[in-house]
Order: sequence, then structure tokens, then C-alpha cells
Amino acid sequence: MLNVESIRKDFPILSSKMNGKQLIYLDNAATTQKPKQVIKAIEDYYKKYNANIHRGIYRLAEEATAMYEESKQKVADFISADGIEEIVYTRNTTESLNLVAIAWGEANIEKGDHILISEMEHHSNIVPWQLLAKRKGAHLDYIKINDDISLNMESLKEELEKKPKIVSLTHVSNVTGTINDIKEIARLVHKAGAVFLVDGAQSVPHMKINVKELGCDMLAFSGHKMLGPTGIGVLYAKKEILESMPPFLGGGDMIKAVSYHSAIWNDLPWKFEAGTSNIEGGIGLGAAIDYINKIDIEEINKYEKELTRYALERISEIKNVDIFGYGYENLEKRAAVISFSIKGVHPHDIAQIFDKEGIAIRAGHHCAMPLVKRLVSNGSVARMSFYLYNTKEEIDKAIDAIIKVKKIFGVE
Amino acid sequence: MDDLYIEELVELYKHPHNKKKLSDYDAEAREYSQTCGDDITIYIKLEGNKVKDISFDGSGCVIAISTASKLTDYAKGKSIEELEKMGVVDIFKLIGTEVGPARLHCATISLEALQEAIKKAKESK
Repeated sequence: MLNVESIRKDFPILSSKMNGKQLIYLDNAATTQKPKQVIKAIEDYYKKYNANIHRGIYRLAEEATAMYEESKQKVADFISADGIEEIVYTRNTTESLNLVAIAWGEANIEKGDHILISEMEHHSNIVPWQLLAKRKGAHLDYIKINDDISLNMESLKEELEKKPKIVSLTHVSNVTGTINDIKEIARLVHKAGAVFLVDGAQSVPHMKINVKELGCDMLAFSGHKMLGPTGIGVLYAKKEILESMPPFLGGGDMIKAVSYHSAIWNDLPWKFEAGTSNIEGGIGLGAAIDYINKIDIEEINKYEKELTRYALERISEIKNVDIFGYGYENLEKRAAVISFSIKGVHPHDIAQIFDKEGIAIRAGHHCAMPLVKRLVSNGSVARMSFYLYNTKEEIDKAIDAIIKVKKIFGVE
Repeated sequence: MDDLYIEELVELYKHPHNKKKLSDYDAEAREYSQTCGDDITIYIKLEGNKVKDISFDGSGCVIAISTASKLTDYAKGKSIEELEKMGVVDIFKLIGTEVGPARLHCATISLEALQEAIKKAKESK
């Protein structure tokens, strides 16, 4: 059982106010707040260890290098990868997905090839593939989704018959919280001979991930959605895939030797990290993983389920409020992301009234326009998303805010 | 923005003024926001350099609809030069409140449509 009261004390921002009211932060799918342990790790790095990593022949540089590489080991252990050579640091999930679409795509996609994604993707897992398809003259295909916003497995099987070279799919929808059955999908994708990339932005922070059990070839996620700083993201990829891929960006640190007309690439994972790294970001992410490990990701997941069940039950009692995706009776198939709408009220107005109550939620297309346009014709929904520091009392306040919105708009 | 004011705007949202398509108009212009789905079309009928009649149609949030309502009320009988000069500050004055950067486009969408409609009406003459 989580000790939420003591967890909340680790997050300085949670005791602040917004519009004169106690801040209630329910926008965790966008970014999470940071515990003082992460803030301190970054501060300590600049106060005690700041030096450029890898080639400095002095103690300080060696210490900074060790801390940075240690953070990669923490990431590798966190998702059960084989080692740090499979962990590439990027800026965020978006950059990780782009890295694959650019570097892997350059070497492997040819004219007429098929690339397969789904209708429930975030723009970051749509646009890089559109660009690649256009560059190469390849086809971009979509796996359809069902009315309950689950992946249509029949459509997946049909699309796999076109023999795509790569399938890139979100693990958890950032709009409806739908959890895709990655293990089963990986089996089908591999049977069809494709490479399987998973967008883990909304899953890695919230559930136990073991890349070997999941069976994906690559996994992209962001540090800032899991208590870490912004500007640090991860691409996990199997060693043989990274070895066969050309570099992403060129520059310092990604080479072993450079002559006038050629260069020898550095070892993994450094071959994919050109220029001075986001050292504070890596160290901050390491501290975030330490924090999550101390609490235990399984416990966090259990607690989030409890909050989600409570919120879904309470919201579904309210008339003229729609929830998108699975309800509380399918809790095991959905994550702590709840998109909703109130009849006759634009989601921006919902978010504005919540803001007045000190409650941060998100409204709009959530960077998933194809999916949200399918949910509602105006392409906009309101969304609340939870993390380990949220409470049932906060959900009660959100429910009160929904009732207030209904009252202001005269919704029955 | 305080709640009282939201309620006044909400009243306009529920019972907007001039929300129809004019049967006789010189030009129409539609502005659509990809990000939030606000969708406003302005219909305009000129007489000389003055607005003889104006209406709007579409859908959107409280700010978009109540602004369109107030702006079409305001524009009736005004000269096109006067309306062409209007900017975001004039809109804030009109609705009696300022809006934050994330909602700015909701407040200006109907003015953009109005100014585009004036441009089209002038071109067609």
C-alpha cells in the first residue's frame, strides 16, 4: 500500500496554489511533477560534478561520466534490457520515434514498402512515418480501431498480410487509456516478418515493463512523464538492430575516428548520441527511476487502478457526461487516463472552469487528431490523468468541478 | 475571468444574437480552428461603406460564440474602415474581459472571419 501522504511531501509543487486554490494536478499524461530527490540530483550535478563526459582526463569528468552511464544502467534494468548498449538517450519519445523513422527507415524502407501504424496514435507516431513514406514512396497503412476504442485485431491481421517492414504502435493511448496487448501483437508482427516498435510514453511510467516479455524490438519513452526532467527521452532497441542501423546525427562522441572523407562509428549506444549529451537530464532520469523503484512500480500501478476505478465510477453516475474508451468494468484493459465530455459544453470551457477551481486538466485534441475526431465531431475532449501522488479527495474535487460546469451551463 | 462574467457570456452562448445565415449577403467568410474545433462563418451585407446587416453561424466554445454574438451586434451600421482597424484589444473591450494565450484564438476567430468577409465583399464590388 502506498503512503500517499508521505509521497506528496516529496513534491514541492503540490503544496502550491493555482488561482488562489490548492493545486490539484491531473495532467500527468502531459507531464508529471518532480520529487525533491530528482531536483536535488540535478542541483548536485551542477554544484559538485559538472564536466563534459567521456574524454576529460581529470577526476571531475570521470565522475560525471560515471554518473551519466550509471543512469543508463538504471534505465536498462528498469525495463529489463540486456545492457546500456541498448539504451539510446534522446530528447523525448518524439525524438526516439523520429530516430527510428530516419535512421532505420533510411536503411530499410524502399519504394512500395508498407509501414503499419494504428488509428489511435499520438501525432509523434504518425508524422515521422508520413515523412518517411513520402521520402521513400512507401505506403503508410493504419490498423483500425473498434467502437470501444480497442485495437481491431482482425484489421491488424489483414494489414499484416501486406507484409509491412515495420509496425509502430502505442502501448497505451494518451487519450482513452486503452492498453494494447503488446505481447500478442508482437507475436503476430514477428510471424509476419516485421520489426516492432512500441510507443511506451504512457506505459513505462505506470506499469512494470520487461522488454523481453513484451517481445518488442524497440521501445520509445520520455523521462518527464515519469518524474524525471524534460529534455531526456529513451530509445530502447535490440543490439542487433542498433548495430545494423546507420547513425542518426553526426558529430562529436558518435565517432571513434574521423578522417577527411570518412569516419568510424563509435560503439553502442554512443553511435546514436552526437554532441554533448543532456548530462543533467540523464542523471535526473536516473534519480526518478530510483524514486519509482523505492516505491515499486507494481504498487504504483495498483494504486492508479484504484484511483481510476473510483473516478470512472463517480463520473459514470453523472448524467450527460460521456467517458471515452473502457469503463470501470474493464479496468485491466485501461490506464489512468480518462477523457470525457459534458453534453453541450466545449472542452475548453470545462478546462477553464476547472482552472478557476485550481484543477489542472487538459482539453483539446491531445495531439491525436485522427482518434479524437473519431470520438467527437469537434475534435476536442477534456482529459484527466493520474499518478502516484493523486488522491480520491482530489478526484472528489474534480467531480465537484464537473457539477459546477453543468450548473453554469444549465446542463441537466 | 470571474464566474459572474462567465455566466453572462454563457447566456449569450446559449442564446446567441444574429446566429443565422443572411438570406441576402455580399460575402461570407469561414474561419476554422484545427486545434479546438471552433468554426465560425460570418455573412455580411454592405450599403456603401457601412454594414447594413451581418450574421454568423457555426459552433465553438463560450468565448468563440459569445464574441461572435457581441461582434455582430457591434458591427451593424459601422463603417468598414472602422471594422478593418479592430484588433484583439477591441475584442477584449467588447466582451469585457481579457483571455489567456491558450484561448486567444477563440476570442479573435470571429474578427478574423469578419475582416475576411469585408475583404471579399470589397473585391466583389
